Amino acid sequence: MSNNIRFVQGNEACVEGALYAGVDFFAGYPITPSTEIAEILSKKLPEKGGKFIQMEDEIASMCAIIGASLTGHKVMTATSGPGFSLKQEALGYACMAEIPCVIANVQRGGPSTGNPTHVSQGDIYQARWGTHGDHSIIALTASNHQDVFSVTVDAFNLAETYRTPVILLFDEVVGHMREKLVVPEKGEFPIVDRLRTSVKKGVDYHPYLPREDGRLPMSDFGGEHRYNVTGLFHDMWGFPSNNPRVVRDLLHHLIDKIENNVHAITRYKEHYLEGAEYILISYGSSARSAIHLAKNRRERGEKVGVLELQSIWPFPEGLVREKCANAKAVIVVEMNMGQVMKEVKACVDNPSKVFLANRIDNKLITPTNIKTLLRMIQGRGV
Amino acid sequence: MAIKDYIRQRYFPQMWCPGCGHGTILNSLLRAVDELGLDKNSIVMTSGIGCSARISGYVDFHSLHTLHGRALAFATGVKLSKPELQLLVPMGDGDALAIGGNHFIHAARRNIDITAIVMNNRIYGMTGGQYSPLSGPGKKATTAPYTTIDNEFDVVNLSIAAGASFVARSTTYHVLECIDILKKAISHKGFAVVEILSQCPTHYGRKNKEGDAIQMLEVQKKTTAKLGSKALEDDPTLIPRGIFVDIDAPEYCQEYDKIVESAMKSANSSNSSSSNENRISLTTKSCVTQGE
Repeated sequence: MSNNIRFVQGNEACVEGALYAGVDFFAGYPITPSTEIAEILSKKLPEKGGKFIQMEDEIASMCAIIGASLTGHKVMTATSGPGFSLKQEALGYACMAEIPCVIANVQRGGPSTGNPTHVSQGDIYQARWGTHGDHSIIALTASNHQDVFSVTVDAFNLAETYRTPVILLFDEVVGHMREKLVVPEKGEFPIVDRLRTSVKKGVDYHPYLPREDGRLPMSDFGGEHRYNVTGLFHDMWGFPSNNPRVVRDLLHHLIDKIENNVHAITRYKEHYLEGAEYILISYGSSARSAIHLAKNRRERGEKVGVLELQSIWPFPEGLVREKCANAKAVIVVEMNMGQVMKEVKACVDNPSKVFLANRIDNKLITPTNIKTLLRMIQGRGV
Repeated sequence: MAIKDYIRQRYFPQMWCPGCGHGTILNSLLRAVDELGLDKNSIVMTSGIGCSARISGYVDFHSLHTLHGRALAFATGVKLSKPELQLLVPMGDGDALAIGGNHFIHAARRNIDITAIVMNNRIYGMTGGQYSPLSGPGKKATTAPYTTIDNEFDVVNLSIAAGASFVARSTTYHVLECIDILKKAISHKGFAVVEILSQCPTHYGRKNKEGDAIQMLEVQKKTTAKLGSKALEDDPTLIPRGIFVDIDAPEYCQEYDKIVESAMKSANSSNSSSSNENRISLTTKSCVTQGE
């Protein structure tokens, strides 16, 4: 049992989660602050018979994991800002062709080269809308290493369940910070394996015809069913189609399979939220400061609580509206210009009571930073 | 088997223009596969975007129609994750060597066991006739109304320099030669490049006054010569055809299998030692002060 207790970086906790979930193929390109994920997997994957490849660029890395997923493997890549930008076209391909894969984006400052070695949470909207065209996406995040581990396992499970790319939106602080991780025993966390078709050899297999429950059983490349995979709008055989009905139905399917399951995808944590008058909504490393402040205020009898989001996309609108219904004020704590705040404003009953506590100067937002805003809202001065 | 057993007749007629050379390449490729007696389930055809890329939809193999220029990157993932599969990657000239040029040279450098077929019609056909990196100078295109000034890549020399272990060139006029070369390329263990000069009468031929498909095929006959032939010796300006390189070199997936073998062996030998696990986690390099 003692062997399961580790002192690791967040990036290594992500690797442990991926290995627990069954990752057996990784393609990547070095980029700070995500590189450790590639480094550790380059050692660990071949030890269990898996494959690691360092590709010529970020685009190729994303393409290679999609190819490897089609042969029946659990795949991932890891990157940061500029690399995440380069992966967007192939990310859209994975959405369109419905190919399970996991992309870890350990966020750094941007735009452009930005600040490779410092923290930011500026890629929230990029994860949602970085690739062109209408689509839906799943993006998860975490503020501590135990949760990094579990949301990484979740990411692989959701990718298989919904046949979709899943993005892990970590940040530099979580990625590089060291803390304790207890790796669960095998079987403690459920693992979703690839759903493969039961259609027999010689019977027409429809790779893109959803079952009644919306899921699409897959057939591995190299197996008995030979079918077409394309980024074009396609029919149930995977062959390109510009039939208006086929186009409309496919786009609806790509969006509905995720948006209609927000309840099943939503992950969150409550900290001191019972009866809270002031609610801090946060995620990733900034949530650590929010939790610290809430604990501190509660000790002094102030009703401050934290709603920590662990799934950002699809945005848990219903959850946020419900939790914030009785709050005097909602403060979104994040390290960007208010990307999640805009989503919160869009779904709560009274958007005028939503405020932003942010920091965009490379530095982790502190409890004091948040307290300054809280004091102003409470009308108690700074 | 008959050639029709290798195609998805459901999707015919195909979308190429009358006189296009790409259908001839499809035919040659399927005859090569047939003569080699390959199992259809063992073949994955991966293509990019463009006229050439549509070839993957018509064949009854596992087919992966991907992104512009990225076919070899996808194919690398398929191949490395399941090395027993046979990867055929047909690409257009822009697909392979403009937007996909980086993937092309790196796949060659790795010598991964993939057959890359460059269907070179020296033009972007799908988008209506723009010049490509294989057009060469002095050509007309919709984006070169005053003629091109760009030099072209020599696919054969580029492939050799990048490390491909099999490199050949043929044309859609020389169909039997094409089939023979494709058979050798597919059988080759390593990265194999076959450049096939193809004709686009709709765009390249019309813009550059090369005439119809038959006249363009005549050009292929007249402007090329077999490696080692007297014709080539007499006129070095002719484009050489044939097999330029065919060597045994370490193949990427086989080399990675050796890595897996040694990694598994050392992991097993230290499996009972928990201190080894801890050592890995504590020596993992932190990169917080530098890096891009």
